[in-house]
Amino acid sequence: MKLGRWFVPVVGGLAFVYLLVPIVYIFVFSFNDAGRTNLEWRGFTWDNWANPCGAPAVCESLANSLQVGIVATLIATALGTCIALGLVRYKFRFRKLTDVLIILPLATPEVVLGASLLAQFLNLGWELGYWTIVIAHTVFCMSFVIVTVRARVSSLDPRLEEAAADLYASPRLAFWKVTFPLLLPGIVAAALLSFAMSFDDFIITNFNSGNFQTFPKFIYVSATRGIPAQANVIGSAMFIIALLVVIIGQIISYRKKKQLEKI
Amino acid sequence: MTQTITKSGLSDLRSKDEIRAERRKGRTGVYLVAPGLLVLALFFALPVVVLLAMSLYVKPPGAEIGEFVPGFEIGNYATVLSAYWPELLRSFGFALIATVLALLIGFPMAYLVAVRLREKPLLQGILLVLLIAPFFSSFILRTQAWKQILADEGFIAQTLKFVAILPADGHLTATPFAVVAGLTYNFLPFMVLPIYANLGRLDTRLLEAAGDLYASPVNSFAKITLPMSAPGIFAGTLLTFIPAAGDYVNAALLGNNRNTTMIGQVIDSRFFKVIDYPGAAALSFILMLSILILVTIYIRRFGTKELM
Repeated sequence: MKLGRWFVPVVGGLAFVYLLVPIVYIFVFSFNDAGRTNLEWRGFTWDNWANPCGAPAVCESLANSLQVGIVATLIATALGTCIALGLVRYKFRFRKLTDVLIILPLATPEVVLGASLLAQFLNLGWELGYWTIVIAHTVFCMSFVIVTVRARVSSLDPRLEEAAADLYASPRLAFWKVTFPLLLPGIVAAALLSFAMSFDDFIITNFNSGNFQTFPKFIYVSATRGIPAQANVIGSAMFIIALLVVIIGQIISYRKKKQLEKI
Repeated sequence: MTQTITKSGLSDLRSKDEIRAERRKGRTGVYLVAPGLLVLALFFALPVVVLLAMSLYVKPPGAEIGEFVPGFEIGNYATVLSAYWPELLRSFGFALIATVLALLIGFPMAYLVAVRLREKPLLQGILLVLLIAPFFSSFILRTQAWKQILADEGFIAQTLKFVAILPADGHLTATPFAVVAGLTYNFLPFMVLPIYANLGRLDTRLLEAAGDLYASPVNSFAKITLPMSAPGIFAGTLLTFIPAAGDYVNAALLGNNRNTTMIGQVIDSRFFKVIDYPGAAALSFILMLSILILVTIYIRRFGTKELM
């Protein structure tokens, strides 16, 4: 028992250090007075943070990534939520086949997803660019949305909707007033997950983007020449924003819990 | 199932399961599912078929680079397999080692956050946020950061050389070690989070009871903790192994060396540098099929019903 007592905190703690070292490194080197290549420490400066678009192509690729991420997330969340609702609530033929079609993209490595879509686009003769990436991202995000939202729909108590119907709510009203608000946290979580995955995706994007530059692609391409410190600024800023979103979400749900306890 | 008699004594409330069992019929369901399934069919299922077809294309005599005609050349598979079986095996080897390492590192992490810190919600919350923190930062940027941290001029390599663990002309990057470390690092959260979700539901009174009955800590771990977290371990290993086997970013950034080339790099370069579409397609298909076979065997052997 003694061994176990310190083993878990020590190994777990070291693992957290392992997990966070690169993130701290990125943050620290966002303050590096780097010049063109941000490889070694050359002194502290605020310049990179004051002028995050200072290096060529950083902000263009960021804008591209945000645009792709938002559009793909909206499409994937809408389509995926509908599928999740339909699958749980309605009878179907070809149910097994549908399940396979949803699960298989999750069990397929990204290279294969990227390569097969590329084969398709080459065959169709479509020009690679913004829309081919949006399609690719929509496909891989959708499976995640379906799995996440479906779990939420399955855990809903159908009696709530029945109660609404007993109180003379039309099916539509019951859905929007009862079911949808209960599903919303799941849908929002799925959308955030989708956006994060789309924003961070490199492999599938690399196969299907042609000359269209996204943020991960920009970093990968400039890795050989040295990544500008501004990329670290944007990476760190995104990280801090996401962290704030999570913390605010936690505080809100904590407050809600407290309020419910008072009642 | 539970039957509750209401005040009127007439209607019995049906259980959730019963209600779900008689799913509604009708068009609405089709309208809900059809658009999304169409997208999946057109841009996932069909492309896989196209990929399969492309893997059998032939190069007509006197064709330009990148010119192929539809055919049925099964020999493409033999060609790429005989040329790239080492990369294929290496990918699975690296992915397997990374998965095992991620499990060994990730389990104590998950246990620490889910069980040990149960009484300290604040610290637990902070560590949970740190656990998902990597998802908020670009994985290529993090991999690139590792490359710089492990670089020859870097602090770690210099220290290891100073204490003579690493020979003076040794490297940390451009080695299989760096690639496996990178893979382990990048997919660690995918291992930890499912295990965390399972351990969160672990009733620690069971462990106390086992202790009261003179079970050794090892024994109660093997008989209680491990089986209780099995679905999480199962999901985590799949979520780590599958993307790791197909990854090429770690191999390209941290390896970039003939001893570390993974199959993803080969597929990428066959497509874009060599313009050998049939070869690239055949390799992709081999990768997909081998993963599906491995995963199916794994699920048959260890799978639990609640996963599928």
